[in-house]
Amino acid sequence: MTVRVQEAPFDLGAELAKLCGGRTDIGGIGCFVGNVRDRSGDRTIIEMTLEHYPAMTQPALEAIVREAQARWPLLGCTLIHRVGRLLPGEGIVLVLAASAHRQAALEATQFLIDFLKTRAPFWKKERFADGAEDWVRARADDDEAARRWSDVKRP
Amino acid sequence: MSGRTIHVLYFAWLRERIGRSQEALELPETVASVETLMTWLCERGDNYRRAFAVPGVVRCAVNQVFATADTEISNGDEVAFFPPVTGG
Repeated sequence: MTVRVQEAPFDLGAELAKLCGGRTDIGGIGCFVGNVRDRSGDRTIIEMTLEHYPAMTQPALEAIVREAQARWPLLGCTLIHRVGRLLPGEGIVLVLAASAHRQAALEATQFLIDFLKTRAPFWKKERFADGAEDWVRARADDDEAARRWSDVKRP
Repeated sequence: MSGRTIHVLYFAWLRERIGRSQEALELPETVASVETLMTWLCERGDNYRRAFAVPGVVRCAVNQVFATADTEISNGDEVAFFPPVTGG
């Protein structure tokens, strides 16, 4: 399991290579990359700042990964979340989940990003082209996306 | 119950509205849970009242674990208040 919070950009190719590391039992890797968008409604975003709760973030992310490991037969998992100042187009979050078969890899990837969005202590602040700044509001459909996994039976 | 001190952290717009990111607080005997802590904090000034104004919005963690209104507060705890999370 690789779980990291960092200011620096992540390298998808390098993380993928590290996750596989010459293993031959991995049959599929699910991948999600979250990027900073340049728009929020009709406003143009020029910069985003990500704040977090350092003492809680790492254990919260590790708990989310353990939850995924309990539900799917994962052979490896990578969760990297960036903090600090980010520009539109830059990656914010990387999720990789490896398994022998695609279904577990893809489902675990979606579970990890859905849970991260509602259980990990990060907060985004957007700065707009007109100079205004605003904290991003939590979305009800993020809660709904995380909740629907409670109806999914554990294998 | 006397002499209980906790470490309180504030994040995102709660930090901005209260005007500080953390503080050590000695608790009165009336504070036993997250809910009673929030009530007591609101008595400390308008900045706290503005931060906690909208009921049901502010989230809390006690010792880095998500907490609810009835979670107990003990001497030495780290209590964090923050808005709903927006990572990912």
